[in-house]
Order: sequence, then C-alpha cells, then structure tokens
Amino acid sequence: MRVKAKLYPKEAARLLREQPGVREAVTGATLHFEANRKRAYQEIDAEAWRERARRVKDHLLTHLDHYLELAEKRLQEKGVQVHWAEDPEEAHRILREIVARHGVKRAVKAKSMLTEELGVNPLLESLGVEVYETDLGEYLIQLLGEPPSHIVGPAIHLALSDIQRLFHQRFGTPLDASPEALAAVARKVLREAFLTADLGISGANFLVAETGTLALMENEGNIRLSTSLPRVHVAFVGIEKLLPRFADLALFLPLTARAATGQRLSTYVSLIQGPAKEGEEGPQEVHVVLVDHGRTALLHDPEAWEVLRCLRCGACLNACPVYRQTGGHPYGYVYSGPIGAVLDPGLLGLEDTYPLPYASTLCGACYEACPVKIPIPKLLLAWRNRAVERGLAPTWEKGAMQAFAKVMQSPSLYRLLSKALRGFPLPQDLLPLLKAWTEGRGPLQPSPKPFHQLWQELKE
Amino acid sequence: MRVALFITCLADQFYAEAGVATVRLLRALGVEVDFPEEQTCCGQPAFNAGHWNEARHLAQRTLGIFQDAEYVVLPSGSCASMVKNHYLELLPGDGEALRLSEKTYELSQFLVRVLGVTELGKGLQGKTIAYHHGCHALRELGVKEEPLLLLKNSGAEILPWEAAEECCGFGGLFSVKLPEVSLAMADRKISTLPKADALTSTDAGCLLHLTGRMGKQGRNMRVVPLATLLWEAYAG
Ligand code: SF4
Repeated sequence: MRVKAKLYPKEAARLLREQPGVREAVTGATLHFEANRKRAYQEIDAEAWRERARRVKDHLLTHLDHYLELAEKRLQEKGVQVHWAEDPEEAHRILREIVARHGVKRAVKAKSMLTEELGVNPLLESLGVEVYETDLGEYLIQLLGEPPSHIVGPAIHLALSDIQRLFHQRFGTPLDASPEALAAVARKVLREAFLTADLGISGANFLVAETGTLALMENEGNIRLSTSLPRVHVAFVGIEKLLPRFADLALFLPLTARAATGQRLSTYVSLIQGPAKEGEEGPQEVHVVLVDHGRTALLHDPEAWEVLRCLRCGACLNACPVYRQTGGHPYGYVYSGPIGAVLDPGLLGLEDTYPLPYASTLCGACYEACPVKIPIPKLLLAWRNRAVERGLAPTWEKGAMQAFAKVMQSPSLYRLLSKALRGFPLPQDLLPLLKAWTEGRGPLQPSPKPFHQLWQELKE
Repeated sequence: MRVALFITCLADQFYAEAGVATVRLLRALGVEVDFPEEQTCCGQPAFNAGHWNEARHLAQRTLGIFQDAEYVVLPSGSCASMVKNHYLELLPGDGEALRLSEKTYELSQFLVRVLGVTELGKGLQGKTIAYHHGCHALRELGVKEEPLLLLKNSGAEILPWEAAEECCGFGGLFSVKLPEVSLAMADRKISTLPKADALTSTDAGCLLHLTGRMGKQGRNMRVVPLATLLWEAYAG
C-alpha cells in the first residue's frame, strides 16, 4: 500500500472541510464502542487483567526467538507448512508459489491488517486471482476501492446512505434499502464466493507457541468459512502475535473482545490446529507465513519496542478524540489513530511518517483504553524528540522553540516581552503562528497586568 | 507552612487574576506564600513538541528556583504534571528533580490532600458549573475528585456533561500545527456543553482555547480558572 503519511495535516484539514459526514459517522461509532469498552472494563478488575496481559506479552517479546522456534516446530508437527517472510516481497513470493501450484482462480479473505500491510490484494489481482473480502465492512471498502479506516471497523467512516448508494449502483438495490436487505445481498455474493474459492486467506489474532494453534476472533462467521471451506488456507501472522501458552488465550480472548467492542467474548472464536486429517472436512493444506516487516528492528529499539505488545483491538482509536474527527484515512497508512502514530514510524521509518507522532494532543485516553498498557503518549514523545534530533521539524517550529527557550531562560527578556504584549497591539493576523491560532479563536487577549506585576501589590 | 507559587507563563500572561486568587486563598487558609520572581515557564511546550534540549534547560532552571521550597503549588494541572512527572523523564536520575516532584501539587490537589481542606465556604451557593477535566490533571496527575469536591461543598451544582472528560483539542503546539482538527475537537466539546453559570478547569491553555472558540461562535459564557472560583467559594 502506498504510504501518504506525510500529507497527514493537509489531508485531515481537507477531510474536515469536504467530507463532514465522515466526522459524524466516526464520532458516533467510536463513542458507542468507547462506552461499551468502559462498561466491559468495569465488570472486571481491568487494571489487573491489563497488567497481566502486559507481562505475558513482555515475556513473549523478550524471549521471542525461543517462542518462534517452538511455534514453528509445533505447527510443523501438526502438518502446517511454515514460511518466513522478512518483507512484503518475500511474502509475495511465497503466496505466488502457492497460487501457481494450486492453480488458484478465486480467493476469499478474512479481514487482516497484516495483509493490508503486505499488499496481498493487489498482488493476487495482478496474478489474475479474483479476491473477495468477506468481512462485511472490508467488503464494502473493497467495492469502493478504499483502504480501511479503522483496525476493527474498516468501514467506520461510511454512513448508511453511502452504502445504500453503493449497492444501488452495484447491485441495483433500491436507494432506501434496509441494512438487513443490504446485508442479504452481500451474503448472497459472498456465499457463492466461499463455495467456489480455492484459497482462503486470513491473519491471526494469536498464534500459541506451545501448541501451534491459530486463534481468530470475529462476529460474522466469515473467518470460519474462509479458513475452513477452500482447500488451501494461508494465514499471515506478524511475529509479535505469538502467545507463549494455550492457557494465555483464556486471558487474551476475552480481554481483546472487551477492549475492541465491549463484548465478553467475540461471537466466534476459531482455533485452528492444522489441515484436515483423513476423513475430516477442511483445507488439505494450511500455510502459516510468519512476517517480520520491520518488527525485529523495532524490538531492538529501546525507546519504541513496547508498541509490539499491540493486539490490534482498536480501543485506542475509539478513545482518541483526534482520530474521532477524521477517521483513519488522513493518517495515510494501514494503521491509523494513536497506535498508527507510534507503529508506522517504527515499521516505515520516521522520515516517511514524520507528522504522525504529532497527530495527538497527548491527552492519554489511548493509554487508559489499551488492554496491554502500551504507553502511547510516552512513545509519541520519544518519536517527536527523535524527529527534532534528526532535523525533521519545520524551520518555523525550530526557530519558534529556540526563541521561546531564550526568552524563558531570561526573566528580564520575559518581562520585556510581557510589556510588549500589552504595550502595542500586535498584528496577530500577520504572524504565521499566531494566525493559525487567531483564525479559529480570535485574537489573544492578555490580562491587563501580568501576575508578576500584581504580585508587587500583593507583597505589601 | 510555606508554599512557593509557580504561576506558570500562560496564567501569568492571560489569567493573572487566577494567580491573585491563589495567593489570597492560600493566605486565608493560613499558608505563607512566596513567589520566586525569576520564574518563567516550566518548559512543557518545548517538551511536548519534542524539543528536549530547550525543555531540559528550562527544567534545570526551574529546579534551581524551587530548590529550597517546602511545597510548590501550581494553579495548572498540565504544568504541575510536567514538573511532577516529566522532569523525571527529562532528567533521569537527577535527585533534585525527584525532590521537586515529591513536593509539587496542583492547587486543588494541594488543598485536599496536603491541607486536608474540603470545604472553603458557601460562596458558590446556587451556582451551576460545567467542569472541564484537563487531560493532564485527570490522567497524569489523577486529579479528578478534588476540584469537584471543593466546588460542590461550596454550594455549587456541577452539571452533567457527556464530554467533560474529553480532550478540548488545545494540546499546546497541536492547536497551531493541526488547527482544523483542534477546532473540530473544541466544537464537539462546546456543542455538548450544558448551560451553566460558569465553565471552569485547572488549565489556562484549555480555557483560552475554548473561550476563543466560543467567542468566534458568538456563544457567551463565563469561563474562569478553577483558582478564581475557589477564591469566590471562600470569599463569597
Ligand atoms: S495500542 Fe492497545 S488499544 Fe491500540 S490497538 Fe493496540 S492493543 Fe489495542
């Protein structure tokens, strides 16, 4: 996928101006999810669950080599073919071979952010394979040719009327078709695809090292169908998605569901233990592609590695008042919102994602929501500091900060500025920084006298 | 008891009255108040924007100024958090930073937790108030109940506000780096704001941003720093 993160400020502004409906749709949906999460956290000792989950993940990440080897061994014992892909090119090569070997004509896909990261759909299309996204939201944005706008709810930015219009154009449904009627149309198309596809593609919420078990969570049932009906199943798994023990699922499945949607558990959980055995129904071949794509490098970064705990639950997006205004598209990459702002620089490099660490007010709502306690504000600050050190900050900002520090280090300069602020009216609209402020909020009006002057009167 | 006041640059320039109110209130409660006159800014704007060298110099300066204070009190949640939490990240292993951290409080936090004062007077009897939880006060300092308690006990009614704990979109440099998003966030806050006699918060930055935005929209409402209201609670 093309990375457009550099355009973030412009794109966010443009979207707010030109597509106000997105803001409405995203705000409504995220507030709803956020309220559900809060309620679901209240039912448990959330602090204890989160702390436990954090520790399990930290243990995993600090012993990742061991668990990756173990997972590979267990998967192979179960008859799963294990592949390693360091980057999207390697992942493509692996998939291309599978497609060629099986003469794949049609593939069904279960929603997976990693396959977005790898550009699996464009690859398959280039190979002449017909690809169907089978998660309803993902199917909608596939029809529209858009990237996902949210980790869990890819079509969160669409209003019902957008979908009605889309289906009207594509399938000739009436413009006022009910959500049920629309879902029925999609179901019909997708059912046909499930029954005729030769390849099923998925990601994984978790891969248990101890047992070589893939765990997948969903509410629609399409993941179960994608991974069980076609004769070949390929799962792309980020190397950070492992869990040490099978028993860890007892914590991570319900915690993820609570964080993501406020459910106690998702409607379906699939635990995949290799291809079908003699006399069983199910895929004859299961492939697991373990993908690095920048993760090992991140793991060795002492200031940024904590982001690898991420479960992709999307809770931080739902809690984020910045994300809420625009949805995910302006962020310019697969991962948006608070997690995107700290993950994308790690995966893609800070140079190509520079403005993202600034896509936050540091309000801390993301950290409060995160089921594995990723200190997102702290990571944002670390990336910002790096950006400044690497000279990525714009010249005006550097100048302003240096001037600011200079004034603030000298009480006499500070007092002088304080006098100037009141002495003559500043052309606030002409100064670039002030203009950005005054346009939406009117001119700054200082107190008639600053406190340090009033203090002289209070002293007596 | 002696308190050194850190008034912070934004309040000094834009909410000087809140500083006066803080002094009057603390004195009325029997506390001696110092105002070290060399103080300027805690360095938060530079720190948050990633300019840590600049922030570090300002932090070191502040450490020197408040070295001998018994307590340091700020009428601002985010500056208090900067001193209390982030100086430790900026100057790891610095003993002075740790000592300053331990003796630093946001005003309402100081009143309730250190002085044990939960009732100031009945000066706000019958007033309705909308309280905006500044993010750093709320999530970094854990100041949530203290201001509400003090306001309620002085007779004020805190109106329910669905967005009370949501960020207003100020965020320091964020407000000028991403002005459109910042304003959209303010608009969401304002659109859900109940009709109250006053809107208040611990943070000057949030108030400046919200007041400005409301002014642009022609919405008139009294917007005052918490310190001012707390003084009114006491003095009537
Ligand atoms: S950072 Fe935390 S809250 Fe956000 S998607 Fe990852 S696990 Fe969920």
